[in-house]
Amino acid sequence: MPRSVPPWEIKRKLVVKAEDKTNPRYGCKPEERPAKDYIRYGVINLDKPAGPTSHEVAAWVKRILNLRRIGHGGTLEEN
Amino acid sequence: MTGILPITLEESRKIVQALLFSGKEYICVMKLHGAINQNKVKAVLKEFEGTIYQRPPLRASVKRQLRTRRIYYIDFLEMEGRNVLFKVGCEGGTYIRKLCFDLGEVLGCGAHMQELRRTRAGPFVEEVDLVTLHDVAYWFMEWQKKKDDKILRKIIQPMEKALALVPKIYIRDSAVDAICHGANLTAPGVLSLETDIKKDSLVAIFTLKDEAVALAKALAATDEILNMEHGMVAQTKRVLMPRGTYPKCWKSGEI
Repeated sequence: MPRSVPPWEIKRKLVVKAEDKTNPRYGCKPEERPAKDYIRYGVINLDKPAGPTSHEVAAWVKRILNLRRIGHGGTLEEN
Repeated sequence: MTGILPITLEESRKIVQALLFSGKEYICVMKLHGAINQNKVKAVLKEFEGTIYQRPPLRASVKRQLRTRRIYYIDFLEMEGRNVLFKVGCEGGTYIRKLCFDLGEVLGCGAHMQELRRTRAGPFVEEVDLVTLHDVAYWFMEWQKKKDDKILRKIIQPMEKALALVPKIYIRDSAVDAICHGANLTAPGVLSLETDIKKDSLVAIFTLKDEAVALAKALAATDEILNMEHGMVAQTKRVLMPRGTYPKCWKSGEI
């Protein structure tokens, strides 16, 4: 089988259907969220160390940041 | 096993599903159980590109039924004695330990996974914003002391970053709150959208401020949506933005 294009190499373009503006009074750009919201709606690109399980690593991050709930995308085995 | 493990905090856990389904890349050391010619190894690695069948290993977190996974590429890097180093780009949910075992079967000598590092999970790569547990602990303490939000941005990214590879539909302010209440997206609310959206595929609904509103299932392809004047465009699956962030522009109790 030939090499196929992975999802991260797919190039997409933006096509416009209608024009409108957004009201600055509501919402805000993700990077300008107040710290509390920035954390609550945040993700960490973490380099998992060898040894602990993905769940243990996630639990440590939860404790460090003093959060109630945390998840992780795609389990990496321990060791 | 080391490498990229995206951690979703509090509310952003809702996008974990999108990350699980996203593509992954690994660097792997495979140990052969017998002496094999390098050219044969290269040829067999190439054979595994494409769609493969895989039964999840005994110790797996999913049901052990035969399933198919796409291997986008396997690049041979080097070989020293019985150790083979290769890079593999694959669909989420591919077991590399199992891939090594199966490679060993086809090679005839048997093989096992010796070492593994994940170098990509969806949009997350090693070169951008990758942090260690130490970084997280250190910079979070610094932030608590100095309260400078720039410090926070060193370790935490907005959840929108995790949706970088999901095709997007941008909508009007006036359409946002209805989506936050679980309504489906209709054609008049759409301002712009990305190419290559297919019917039934996962899309992300965004505001003009680049905030994620919801994850949804597209009910039509990009070209069709562009020409629609009314009707449903996407079925809301997971609301990400809290209600009331944008004003309510819809009437209830009518019809």
